[in-house]
Amino acid sequence: MFRYILRRLLQMVLAFFGTTLIVYALMFAGQTDPIQALAGERPVTAAQRAYLTEKYHLDQTGVGGFFYRYFDYVRSLLQGDLGQSLTGRQIGDILQQAWPVTVKLALIALAVAVIFGVTAGVIAGIRRASIFDNATLVLTLLVLGIPTIVLAPLAQYFLGVRWPVFPPTAGAEPSFYALLLPGIVLGSLSLATALRLTRTSVAENLRADYVRTARSKGLVKRRIVGIHVLRNSLIPVVTFLGVELGNLMSGAIITEGVFNIPGVGFNLFRGIRTEDGPLVVGFVSVLVVVYLVSNLLVDVLYAVLDPRIRYE
Amino acid sequence: MSDFETVASSENQAARRGPSGEPGAPNQVGVQKPRSLAGDAWRDLRRNPIFWISLVLVTVVTLMAIVPGLFTANDPQDCVLSRQNAGPSGGAIFGYDFQGCDTYARAVYGSRASLLVGALSALFTGVIALVVGMLAGYFGGWVDAVLSRVIDIVLGIPLLLAAIVLLKRVSTAGPNARITAVIFVLAVLGWTTAARVVRSSVITAKEQDYVAAARMLGAGNGRIMWRHILPNSLAPAIVVLTIALGTFIAAEATLSFLGIGLKAPTISWGQDIDTGRIHMRESSTPLIVPSAFLALTVLAFIMLGDAIRDAFDPKLR
Amino acid sequence: MTNSTVQPTPASATPEGGHLLEVRDLYVEFRTSEGVAKVINGVSYHLDAGETLAVLGESGSGKSVTAQAIMGILDSPPAHVRSGQILYQGHDLLTQPEEQRRQVRGKEIAMIFQDALSALNPVFPVGWQISETLRTREGMSRADARRRAIELMDLVKIPAAERRIGDYPHQFSGGMRQRVMIAMALALNPKVLIADEPTTALDVTVQAQIMDLLADLRRDLGMAMILITHDLGVVAGVADRIAVMYAGRIVEHADVRSLYRAPAHPYTKGLLESIPRLDVRGQELATIRGLPPNLMRIPSGCPFHPRCPYVQQVCVDVVPHDLVLGDGRTSACHFAQEVRDDSAR
Repeated sequence: MFRYILRRLLQMVLAFFGTTLIVYALMFAGQTDPIQALAGERPVTAAQRAYLTEKYHLDQTGVGGFFYRYFDYVRSLLQGDLGQSLTGRQIGDILQQAWPVTVKLALIALAVAVIFGVTAGVIAGIRRASIFDNATLVLTLLVLGIPTIVLAPLAQYFLGVRWPVFPPTAGAEPSFYALLLPGIVLGSLSLATALRLTRTSVAENLRADYVRTARSKGLVKRRIVGIHVLRNSLIPVVTFLGVELGNLMSGAIITEGVFNIPGVGFNLFRGIRTEDGPLVVGFVSVLVVVYLVSNLLVDVLYAVLDPRIRYE
Repeated sequence: MSDFETVASSENQAARRGPSGEPGAPNQVGVQKPRSLAGDAWRDLRRNPIFWISLVLVTVVTLMAIVPGLFTANDPQDCVLSRQNAGPSGGAIFGYDFQGCDTYARAVYGSRASLLVGALSALFTGVIALVVGMLAGYFGGWVDAVLSRVIDIVLGIPLLLAAIVLLKRVSTAGPNARITAVIFVLAVLGWTTAARVVRSSVITAKEQDYVAAARMLGAGNGRIMWRHILPNSLAPAIVVLTIALGTFIAAEATLSFLGIGLKAPTISWGQDIDTGRIHMRESSTPLIVPSAFLALTVLAFIMLGDAIRDAFDPKLR
Repeated sequence: MTNSTVQPTPASATPEGGHLLEVRDLYVEFRTSEGVAKVINGVSYHLDAGETLAVLGESGSGKSVTAQAIMGILDSPPAHVRSGQILYQGHDLLTQPEEQRRQVRGKEIAMIFQDALSALNPVFPVGWQISETLRTREGMSRADARRRAIELMDLVKIPAAERRIGDYPHQFSGGMRQRVMIAMALALNPKVLIADEPTTALDVTVQAQIMDLLADLRRDLGMAMILITHDLGVVAGVADRIAVMYAGRIVEHADVRSLYRAPAHPYTKGLLESIPRLDVRGQELATIRGLPPNLMRIPSGCPFHPRCPYVQQVCVDVVPHDLVLGDGRTSACHFAQEVRDDSAR
């Protein structure tokens, strides 16, 4: 167990440097005017130019300079110093303000995925090839195939504007009810994947030899499915949902943008549109770290759930 | 965002992690007359309505991308503000959008950029995946170790976030440069799932007797890879790439929606959905029409790949 | 060896005249999209209290399917019991409702399987799995069930049982896992133990240990045992009687000694001749030509005729009935007498 976690931790550190290096290199390597690139098509004031040059050490040049700047960037990232956005606000402050609502939204989405996805997946897995199973297969394929940029605006239009069941936009300090529709939209994809994963996993485990053993022990069917099969089937599902929570937090760009929810994704959405380079780089860096850490936690969770990994 | 973390990968994960219980029959039931896998798969596919529906959709949208003039006589760039949000007239069966352009014509012409990006990204993805997967699977050892770590790292980068960063760099370039950039970004970030599939099928093929026989007859590595192993890895790669094509189209639309993918004058569904969304209260068709085109196209490719994979891999059903 | 030690037979176990367990004219088929496979075609055998019956056959002969039909754990679909009876203490299990059959499983008839690694649930500790039925079916307390699980693990000779009770299946060696399996099957003191190829997945030395353990336990606990195997060598030391299966039928049925001395079915004869013998030097090992039949298209007449060295026209045309040869021996061969005389020579 300890060695397993240590190995995963080392892998994560490797992935952290790999990923941030790639992100950083993509952003700055070989630019003729990196400052203009950060700002996009906006004019850059002399004060901004001076700030950015100092912030990103753009006076250091060459390959050595690049690595100098890269390690400086990593250091400030690890210290939580994300610098200022082009609007002059501290990016760390923006992030802090945006975080809670994004977490709330992600949790709603995850709850939707767990309650509906896992339940329906278990039923579909037990009754394979039934009408229910085939219906869920087609429905999940539809959900998986429809991009969020279609789903979110259409949900907003039909359920918010045409037939106003939900508030069409959330705005500042959104209530739980205002977050429900965006949560469902955001969670629909996880729901579909969780459903399919659960179904496959349950169906496969139902055919496992240990189920035959459990039957030969004279256990009631409820116990065989509810304890033996489910405990095994949920291992991949739980790990998937763990990764998905990380995904959902960073993945709410479209949903938060469309529904006007002032979270992390919304700020990123606005940063992209207003071509606020420092904000985008800062946010993306933090989200990548969140993603990596959530992956690590899931690996640990996986080991806790599966004794075959735990005692490797 | 996880739209394009591909439908396939999570399910494969389940298959990989699940225990390897073999179905039903405790003893083998007699010896079957051998039948080819491809023959079986085709028999299954032929009876699958989803396969036919998606095949028809793919054909139609491909035709639309190549000869849009077949589907509409109107010019999508012919926009007159005086018919802003006007109802259907002439060839404009869905009316006009906020800019006074023919909604239907724009959706038809929008297929070209989407399909071009999707197909070329899938093609380049395929090339990268085949090369990396082949090298890792065939040579094994440290080559495999290094390449597998690279795959892990690239797979660990959230596609949308990385694409945002990458595409910011080309924010000022012209339309053709933008298409190239989007294709480049998707190919560079999207090849990992396919590479894993190729790698595992290469490892399987490598163990086969005919490969050992070819080696004993003195065939070199290059020849063995090209003549004996590549053909075996192609089928699973094509299935993954078909699904990937769908997700790439979705990714391109998402990037264009965000304003960092394709930009005017290139017509793209993602952009039109964004404009339609902003003006949905005045008129909903400019939102619904490109949404439907995009969703159907993405679905068609994903369903096609899904159906083919199911046919070739019946134990997943 | 014949095991004729007197067994402590429970008085109630066998109603007068009947057997403890009896399979009568069982037919099972697998209905798949490819067609119908006739897996069991009229199998009859019986088991008395305290005896060991070996069921012998190649894979696909239907020996495991018969056992699973007795347990009521066939996967249906595709399996379908077409007709027949399975009498346990005189009552037909096949006509009983599922709830009643469930009561029989584990408590009256228990079963152990070939591959203990996959047959045990990977995510629960072995102690938990052994004591599961004690807790859920006997209503034992957690602590009592645990104590009993340790006893059972001691009984099957797992060293340091108390320490290993919390370990998971994958932490045991193959032989130890099979012992866990056996301990689990014995938890509710069953009267019949069905062992389905219990040693096939194990090393040769471990195989012998497990067979000895099974033989000892059967004797000490006074159970009856059905031992399913494809290995004639395994059978000799432990079984009282042998039923040889081919293509879903019992082709020969005899006590161990007479069957070894003079097999009365060409298939059994072939099997015996394909065992290497220590006492004959320089012999060429015989094999049975051809392949086991396709159960979707079982050959006409005697199903063994395409592979039989004694084949005549009558074998192609007529299905042979069981020929009674005396001493409780039967053989489903038109030429049983000749084959036996041939073998005895």
